[in-house]
Formats: sequence, structure tokens, C-alpha cells
Amino acid sequence: MDNVIRRRTPRARLLRAGLYALLIAAALVYLLPLVVMVLTSVKPIEEIRAGALLSLPSHFTLDPWIKAWSSACTGMRCDGLSGYFVNSIKIVVPAVAISTLVGAINGYALTKWRFRGSELVFAMLLFGCFVPFQVVLMPMARTLGWLGLASSVSGLVLVHVVYGIAFTTLFFRNYYVAVPDEMINAAKLDGAGFFRIFWRILLPVSGPIITVSVIWQFTQIWNDFLFGVAFAGFDSQPVTVALNNMVNTSTGVKEYNVDMAAAMIAALPTLVVYVLAGKYFVRGLTAGSVKG
Amino acid sequence: MSALEIRNVRKTFGDTEVLKEISLAIDSGEFLILVGPSGCGKSTLMNAIAGLEPVTAGEIHIGGEDVTWRTPAERDIAMVFQSYALYPSMTVRQNIAFGLEMRKVPKAERDQAVERVADLLQISQLLDRKPSQLSGGQRQRVAMGRALAREPQIYLFDEPLSNLDAKLRVEMRTEIKKLHQRLGTTIVYVTHDQIEAMTLADRIAIMRDGHILQLGTPDEVYNDPADMFVAGFMGSPAMNFLSASLEGGPGEYRVRVETEGAQAPLVLPWPVERETEALASQVGRPVTLGLRPEHFSEEDERLGDQAEGTRFEATTTVVEPTGADTLLQVRLSGVEATVRLGPKSRIKAGDRIALRVDMSRAVLFSTEDESRLA
Amino acid sequence: MTPTDSLSRASSRRAGRRSLAGTLERVLPRLVVAPSLAVALFFVYGYMLWTFILSLTGSRMLPQYNFVGLEQYARLFANERWHVAATNLVVFGGLFIAICLVLGLALAIFLDQRIRQEGALRTIYLYPMALSLIVTGVVWRWLLNPSLGIEALVQSWGFENFRFDWLVDPDMAIYTLVIAAVWQASGFVMALFLAGLRGIDDSLFKAAALDGASLPRVYWRIVLPCLRPVVFSAVMILAHIAIKSFDLVMALTGGGPGYATDLPATFMYAHTFTRGQIGLGSASAIMMLCGVLAILIPYLYSELRERKHG
Repeated sequence: MDNVIRRRTPRARLLRAGLYALLIAAALVYLLPLVVMVLTSVKPIEEIRAGALLSLPSHFTLDPWIKAWSSACTGMRCDGLSGYFVNSIKIVVPAVAISTLVGAINGYALTKWRFRGSELVFAMLLFGCFVPFQVVLMPMARTLGWLGLASSVSGLVLVHVVYGIAFTTLFFRNYYVAVPDEMINAAKLDGAGFFRIFWRILLPVSGPIITVSVIWQFTQIWNDFLFGVAFAGFDSQPVTVALNNMVNTSTGVKEYNVDMAAAMIAALPTLVVYVLAGKYFVRGLTAGSVKG
Repeated sequence: MSALEIRNVRKTFGDTEVLKEISLAIDSGEFLILVGPSGCGKSTLMNAIAGLEPVTAGEIHIGGEDVTWRTPAERDIAMVFQSYALYPSMTVRQNIAFGLEMRKVPKAERDQAVERVADLLQISQLLDRKPSQLSGGQRQRVAMGRALAREPQIYLFDEPLSNLDAKLRVEMRTEIKKLHQRLGTTIVYVTHDQIEAMTLADRIAIMRDGHILQLGTPDEVYNDPADMFVAGFMGSPAMNFLSASLEGGPGEYRVRVETEGAQAPLVLPWPVERETEALASQVGRPVTLGLRPEHFSEEDERLGDQAEGTRFEATTTVVEPTGADTLLQVRLSGVEATVRLGPKSRIKAGDRIALRVDMSRAVLFSTEDESRLA
Repeated sequence: MTPTDSLSRASSRRAGRRSLAGTLERVLPRLVVAPSLAVALFFVYGYMLWTFILSLTGSRMLPQYNFVGLEQYARLFANERWHVAATNLVVFGGLFIAICLVLGLALAIFLDQRIRQEGALRTIYLYPMALSLIVTGVVWRWLLNPSLGIEALVQSWGFENFRFDWLVDPDMAIYTLVIAAVWQASGFVMALFLAGLRGIDDSLFKAAALDGASLPRVYWRIVLPCLRPVVFSAVMILAHIAIKSFDLVMALTGGGPGYATDLPATFMYAHTFTRGQIGLGSASAIMMLCGVLAILIPYLYSELRERKHG
């Protein structure tokens, strides 16, 4: 609408002010939970009991954070979230790496080396994006048991890789479809083979989609709760499961500030990624869920 | 021995037959152009030669060896693509050297080859740039450099100039012609632009619906077209097709063209030396007379009856001066015919003018099946 | 005219063998994709079948293969708690989708008016999507806590009679899920719509302005119909989120009070893993799958049809 001449009538100005007011009010509402979470996490518990959800802390303290990290009780144990945070990292890193790599090769093979039935293969893989995980819980629990991976970090890595491939394949397929076939043909004539074309020609131009895939998988796996609660043992629980246990632990006095600090700790990695690479995050969301 | 030989190649996609029994042989050093409207199978044929698409039946031989089932890499060919298909992550130098690197040519030799083609194509100053930093014409040169560096047996060009603007296209056309003359390379070149075909080719193959309709030198294809399609496809402005009927008999065939209005019909004697057997059976039947715009000339009073060709009058409807020529549209035989006259012509739209037609270069087709009669 | 045709046809029939590299090039792509396909066949399709088989058995604590036909489904539909869960899903899903769509569309249209700091606002609306639903649940549980959360806050402002205790009210608790879920996902819907709006040709607005249409009319009559595919996708995604919702319930209400906020996902989990009713749990999982398919199939159908016509 850049070229439409707009008259600055008083009514238009008023409308515009209203628009800004509305947008800012909405922003405040969206921010409220985060603000409350942060404020609560740095207040002593007495101050919280006195109410005043939104007031700034009169005694700023990081004790809740320290406690949430190292000594709060999650169910039976009382050594904070730190161990579970590390578990999450141990699950996320290999799962993200493997699923992204597999997705990249799948996307490459399915777009640049089409074969009879390759479209069908893609459609069959894609369905993995839609299956409600409740359908696979019980059989997966049995399978992990047989494989000797029950309650282990490796088991969770396997689960996340298996159900992440559908998304990563979709990402890379949609990206590689737009890479001109002529480029691949040129490389074939130049004498490059299947893997050489992938490494030398395609991967160097895949930066954006690798970022999208890594961020998406990281967010999904870090935030997972269902697989964690269903398949993890005490020693392999991810941070989300530990957080839920901590908050739902009914023993002792309820320490809301510690709960909030724990929630912040669990949320920070994905929040940081979102703030640093929001563009790619949004692209993953839309690409991952809109087009097939 | 032919540099490239295609034997009875067929290609089907599902139920559609894209190539129907194509056979073709190209000599070493020859410049062959495949031309035709989109969907005629020319690109499929090129991909089949390159090995990018397997053929359904038939054989392809390069340098005497059967390569039908070899991969593109094993065929010793290079290709210049319409979109140039440069590798965006590599510099120009790496782009040009990539094919040699894949073939395990030592680094020193690769560098030499890069220098050689860079010199040849005048792109030495661009070697360290990325493709995204180049203009369209420069990319085109790099794409050619990539092909030239390998010195393959055969070069394939897939509409290499169609992404360039008109001026650059003409420049690059000349450049390609020079390169071919200088290096004596064997080239198969696909285009839908008949001017490119006429100017570049040693021989032209005109394709339609998976067939090669005619394979010949530019002169043959232009002046001696195999059928109405070829005649209409080659040449711009296109050949005029006039509905006519054939009269007379051997030694005195006449082509009768009905003219508009109350005018007497135009009866054009068919040159005796151009009579063919096929004419006899067509007497009294509708035929199509093919006349190129330059087969007409303006009546010159001073020449009187000595002027060659047959005189007639027509009304001009449109006059298009192009600078080098003047193109006229005239009403004739119920259709508009295009006439090409010299630039000095002073004719205006609506003028009644006298024209002569040079029957020694006219061609005659069967109206029924569009085949060439004479 | 046609080139020499004397070459033997027979030779083309028994075409030469593919080279080793050629064979490899043909096989490699399939070989590379094969593991993923095998994984999908086993872990997705195989498991669906497995769960379906389990749903036909009388399995309790451990999977057993004593088939009881459709008895588990009969039990499921007779189960009061399943009814609550299914009804909750309709209420929760319906409200969640409707509010997200309206809010997302409104925010997107407002943001599309050449707003200063649009990037910052967008970031704020969308950030909840980056959070774990567990975190969302924990936060909202705190905010909705009657004695210390929003209710207490508003009361402290002087509105002594303000009540906002939905979290502990069995009739209202389901709406707390809606609030938290809308907070989490509406920014995402906004992003979808905004992308759709940005894809609309600017000249459309100019043309409409020349035709004398007011801005609201332009949006209603011209822009909204253009966004139909986006609405479709958004509904599809949101419905999918709603059906899968498990984490949020676990963290926000734990399914309570009682089982007032049970959803099929929590029903399935509780029966399969904690109540030793694997057969019944499997039947509920299959019903969830049917729910997803009921949305997915029309979606895919329309997508494919559109592509064919496009």
C-alpha cells in the first residue's frame, strides 16, 4: 500500500493510536507470564506469600535458581535439575545430529535421484509427521525393552531420531526441490557421483535449511515430555520430566520461586535459540507444518 | 567414423512416446543443431545423448563405442545448460576445474586448463569470483569455460543463449561460432530459435512430435524444406502459404491462386525444370503454394516484360519499416501475405501496388498431408 | 529425408550392460532411503498395527494376545471417563482453534499496517511457541493459583469480590487449558497469517482503493478469501496439536480436579502405563489415530485436488 496516498485526518490519527495501543496491550499480555516467572524466581518465598504478583522484588535473590539447579527435590531425589539438564543435552545433541543428517540425505535422494516409487516413499515417510504418538507408545516400550535400551539415554535418542526423520526429510526435500536439477546434471557430467554431488555441490548451499532443521529438532526434542515420561528411567529423565516432577512433588512446603526458577532453567535453551535465530525458527514452524 | 551416432532411439514416459525411432550421425567437428517447437523431443534427445535419461530402446555410440548404458560421467561429453547451472558455492576457477578434479587430473594440469579457457573466453579477471557476483553474459562464458576445460569428445549446448537479452544473445552467438571454427569441436546444440539454427549450424535437424522431419544444411532446410512444417518453422517472417490449385500437365503446370475481389485469379506458371513426378497426381486438386517474403519484388516499370517472375496487383494493409527492409502485408488469395521489399520503398498502407513473384524459388505442398510436392 | 535406417534393430533390443558405476548410481538412491523407509514401516506403520492388535486383546498390566474382539472399544465407549475426555477434547479443541484463528488473524492484520517495531512485537507474540508445554503449564498454574496468582493480584487492586478460580473448579478447569494453549499457539497462527498477507499482491489493495472500497471491506471481501489455504493449514495444525495435547494437561491440571480435564491423550497414558489397562489404552490410542485421520484425509484430499487444478 506504499503508493496509496493517505490523508492524515484526525480520525486516521486516532485510529492509528488505537492500533498501537491494542498491539502494545497484546504484547504485554503475552509477556506477562514470562515477567511473572522471572520476578517470582528472584523473590524470597515470604515475599511471594504476601502476594503482589507483579511487584519488583524488595530482596533480590538468586537462591531459588541455585536451589532449582542443585538441590530441589524431584520426586524421590533432591539434587536439583542439573543432572536432568545434562540428560536433555545428551539426548538432544546426537538425536538432532543424526536426524538432520538422515533427513538431508533422504531429501537429496528423493528429489535429485528420483526413482520409481520415490514419491510414494516420501508420502509414507511424511505420515510420520502426523501420527499421534500415543499410538506408538506401547509397542515402542516393548521394542526398547527387547533392544536393552529401556530407560536409557540411547533409547530416547533412538525414539527421537525415528520420529524426527519425517520432519527433517520434509524440510530438506522441500528445500532441495527448489535447487535446479541442471546443477546436479552438470555435476554428473563433470564426473561426480551420488555422495560427491551431495558433499561438494548440495551441502555447501544447504546452510539455511540445516539451521531450520537443527533448530526445529532441538526445540522439539528439548521440549518433549511424552517420550521422556514414557521411556526414561530415573537416570535418564530429560529436564521437562524432572521439572514436572519437581512442581508436582507434594512433600514439604511449596516453593513457588524455586518452581519458577526451574521452569526458567528448562525454558532458557529454547528461548535463547528463538531469540538468536527467530527467523529460522518461524521458517521451520511454517515449512514443517504447512506444505507437504 | 562418426563422432556420435544415434541408432533407432526411442523414449517413452508412461504412455507417451517422446522420441520415435530417432537415428542420426554426426561427423567429428560438425556443428549440429536440434531445433523445433517446445515438446518436440529435442531436449529429451539431448538428455539421452548426455546419459541423463535412459533410453527405452536403441543405441547411442560416441567415438565408435556403445555408451547406451553408461553414466554421464563415463561418456566424455560436456554440456552447457540453459540456466548455466554453475555451482554457487564455488569460485569461477573451482567451477571450471571441478570436472577435471573429479577425473583426478593433477592440480598443475587443472590450473593450466583453467588459464587456457579463461584466456580463450576472456574471463581471467573473474576467476576468483562467485557465480552470484557475475552478470548473465559472464555466467554464460563461465558455463562454456567449464565445458571447454575438459576437452571432451562432444559438447552439448541446451538452449544456452535463451536467458540472455537480445543484444548479448547476438554477441554470444558470434562468439560460439568463432570458438567452433577455431577449436573444431563437435557440437550438438538445442534451440527453439530458428535464427540461431540458421546462423550457427553445419547441419540442422528439425524435430516435431518425437520425429526428425528433416536433417540438412541451413541452405537445404531453408530453400528446400521437406514439408510445410519445416518450411513454416524456418525463416522469419515466416513463409506465406497460399491456397491454390494445380492446372495443366507435364511441361506446362500452372498454379492458380484466387485473388480477392473481382480481380482475375493469379495463374502462375510452374518452372519446367522444377517439375516432379508427384505433380501429375495433384492436377485439379487443392495445393498450397509456399512463397517466402523475399520471393516477391516490386514491379519496376523500366524493366517491362524482361523482369523475371509473374506480375500481379494487390492492396497493402500494413507497412512495417524495419530499417534494413520494409515488410508489407498484402491481401492475396483470402489471406494476408508478408512481402519483404527494400528499405527505400515509399509505399503506404492502403496503396495499390504491383508486385512480381519469383516462381523459381517457390515451393508446392499437398494441402491434404502437408507433404512437399515440388 | 530421414536419416539412414539401415542399422539393425535387433541390436538395440539386447542393449549393452550397464557399467558398474551405472548400476551403483541406480541402486544408491534407493539404498540410502531404504533404512528410513524400513524405520517408518516398522516404527510407524508396524506400531499402528501392533497397537490395533493390542486393542483387540484383553491385555492389562502386560501385553497378552488373548483376543476379545471389539470388547475394549465397547468398554471404552461405556467408560464415563472416556466420555469426559472426548467431550473435553471437543470443547478444548473447538475453543482453542477458534480463538487462535481469530486472535492470530487480528494480530496479523494489525501488524500488517506498517507498524513501527513490527519485528519486536512479532517476536513477543511468538515466543511462547518456543517453550515446552510443561513450562507453559507450570507458569499458568502459578498465574491461575487462586490464592497467589491473578485472582489475588486483582483483589489486591481493590476488587475484593473478584473471583478467578477456574483451576480448582471442575466445571471451569478445562478453560484454563484453553487459555494456556491459546497463549502458546496464537502467535504461531499470527505468523502463518502474516506470511499469507505478505504473499498478497500489493496492487490488490491499490485496485480496491481505486474502486473505492474501504479497508475493512477490502480485508473481508478480498484478503480473507485469499487466505483460505492458510486458514485450512492452521486449522489442520491446531487440531493436530489439540488431539496430541498431553504435556499441558499434565503440568497445568494433572487431569484434575478429579478427571475433569482429562483428554484422550492423558486417558490413554493413564490406562496404558499406570492403571494396567493396556487393551483399553490401546483402543483409546486407535481412536485418537482415527481422529487425526479424520482431519488429515480431507486436508490431503483438498491439497492434492488443488495441485491438480493448479
